[in-house]
Amino acid sequence: MWTWFHKLSSPPHAYRILGRLAPWFGWPALGLILLGVYWGLVKAPADYQQGEGFRILYVHAPAAWMSMFIYVVMAVAAAIGLIWRMKLAHAAAAACAPVGASFTFLALATGSIWGKPMWGTWWVWDARLTSELILLFLYLGYMALRSSFDDPRRADRASAVLAIVGVINVPIIHYSVEWWTTLHQPASVTRIAKPAIALPMLVPLFIMLAGYQLYFGWLLCRRLQGEILRRERNAGWLQEVA
Amino acid sequence: MMADGAVLEARVINAWRGDRHVLRDVSFDIAAGDFLKVTGPNGVGKTTLLRVLCGLLPPESGEARWRGRNVAPHDPGFSAELAYLGHANALKADLSARENLAFLVGLRRRLAAPDIDAALERVGIARCGDLPARSLSAGQRRRLTLARLWLTPAVLWILDEPATNLDADGVGLAESLIREHTRRGGLVVAAAHQRLLDDDAATRRLELS
Amino acid sequence: MTQPAGLLESMRLVVRRELTLAWRRWDEAAQPLLFYLVVTTLFPLATTPDLATLRTVGGGVVWVAALLSSLLALESVFRSDVEDGTMEQWVLSGQPLAWLLLAKVVAHWLLTGLPLVLISPVVGAALGLPVGIWPTLVLSLALGTATLSVLGGIGAALTVGIRRGSVLLSLLVLPLAMPLLIFGARAVSLALGGESATGPLQLLAAIFCLAWSLGPLAMSAAMRVSTEG
Repeated sequence: MWTWFHKLSSPPHAYRILGRLAPWFGWPALGLILLGVYWGLVKAPADYQQGEGFRILYVHAPAAWMSMFIYVVMAVAAAIGLIWRMKLAHAAAAACAPVGASFTFLALATGSIWGKPMWGTWWVWDARLTSELILLFLYLGYMALRSSFDDPRRADRASAVLAIVGVINVPIIHYSVEWWTTLHQPASVTRIAKPAIALPMLVPLFIMLAGYQLYFGWLLCRRLQGEILRRERNAGWLQEVA
Repeated sequence: MMADGAVLEARVINAWRGDRHVLRDVSFDIAAGDFLKVTGPNGVGKTTLLRVLCGLLPPESGEARWRGRNVAPHDPGFSAELAYLGHANALKADLSARENLAFLVGLRRRLAAPDIDAALERVGIARCGDLPARSLSAGQRRRLTLARLWLTPAVLWILDEPATNLDADGVGLAESLIREHTRRGGLVVAAAHQRLLDDDAATRRLELS
Repeated sequence: MTQPAGLLESMRLVVRRELTLAWRRWDEAAQPLLFYLVVTTLFPLATTPDLATLRTVGGGVVWVAALLSSLLALESVFRSDVEDGTMEQWVLSGQPLAWLLLAKVVAHWLLTGLPLVLISPVVGAALGLPVGIWPTLVLSLALGTATLSVLGGIGAALTVGIRRGSVLLSLLVLPLAMPLLIFGARAVSLALGGESATGPLQLLAAIFCLAWSLGPLAMSAAMRVSTEG
């Protein structure tokens, strides 16, 4: 089993394996997302309180979950790269960051769109939105740190330390923002009230989540291949592939 | 000095600086009493090699081993026996020569005023003891750094251009310090452009290209 | 005697060195404090001179200004040591690097954080905060600036070799410092309302403990990367 793992960490093998894995992620992802969008936007019953507007939840909530999940994946990959000196793990962390940032941005944008008909403004300092905003800052900071180093090895190691420090902070930030929004009278602050979840609503939610997960898997394969190409651009084995 | 078993081995060291493959399969062995002079044109990787030997820079592949174990700065057994002289002097401009020695060497060993005086005397800057480092000339600062080296208890000396900015006397000083150290059973690896113990038959050479 | 210095001795050496260096350049050491005073002056100018109104945001203003001033000071905490080669000697000194960096952060807080904390009652009064809340203000700022010194130390260790790293440092550290701001400002506003501020103060203390125990390890990992060059 370890030989397989060892083979995985060699760039040409990893490149080939990722290439073969990608379509297995990609096509089901497309299918599930299309299904989830159709189900959520068309088939599922309208919420009795919020009407049709809440349907954007089906895009927003899984995106928010993914944004945090990807941060954890990124931090774990970075830690593996740092502790066991695996370049591939560092490349995976680098590949995760823009995807995570995009999901975070999607969550923020859809959260804002959701809120507009309810509150009349494009933004409120709701706990979830504020946490996502801070998470976006963490992602952008990570990407900015990476790009400030010329030497890719130093970029890998420095950003790995940052990712680990960040992941420890994420629960603290989350809790403190939650606490902060509950400090004031509920009437004077608007919250993204979650509709009471009934089964017909849960199904499209999980379909979308599964679709996003597979989409992330596909993106990770492709981006990781790109990272490998970039890092190994001077190596000989590229001739056979390209 | 615990010189038995004191062996520095470099095994197929490869290192990169950004995109450049700077060190290619560098290997050598030195033992107690050896002086290894690393030479080569500018930019060939002498500093990189020395930093890999200290453990400051992890190599891409291969390893450096001291007494049979991989070098690691956080291993107190290794760092207690190493003294490194880098390009930079590691001097604070606002501290006096004495204070610089006290604060830096003090981390490695107990230092009393007579020790510091003896060190300044040895390197020929006894008059400069209380002057701030910023008012010393470049040569005097390098001598002060040699004083730090002399005071540090170590078996392995790794020196990056020890004779930079030194006049002929200063080069002689560096040479005599190295010779004393190897005679006591210590090991010295030095990168140098200029002549440094070139005439000495015991000097081993490593030419990087 | 060629014993390496013990932990306490090395902490004393580092702190004494930092204090000596700061004393010789005391005008530079005073700059963060001046910045603090200038920034807090901006707020009444931008809003209103009426103390009753200022009081409602006074706690928050004091806190934000303290955060920004501390960050300004932290930007260069490691720079000169890395540039003149002292830091790589510390890496090779045989002392635990995390401990030496911790000592440096302690000295740094004594030189920048502590003066901010001590002058904050005066600044608070200028923003309408009554005398009764001074203990809470001082305690919350003491915990907050000390924690920020560690967080900023991690950021500074990561960005020390980067050109124009100061803005990046703020970008990295400020999001991590937001919980501190939330709890600290909340402690002050609770005290203003006459209520007990123990809740947020305890949370601040918990973050302080977490930061000071794990932070130096992160700093030392970051510093080893920065001294490779």
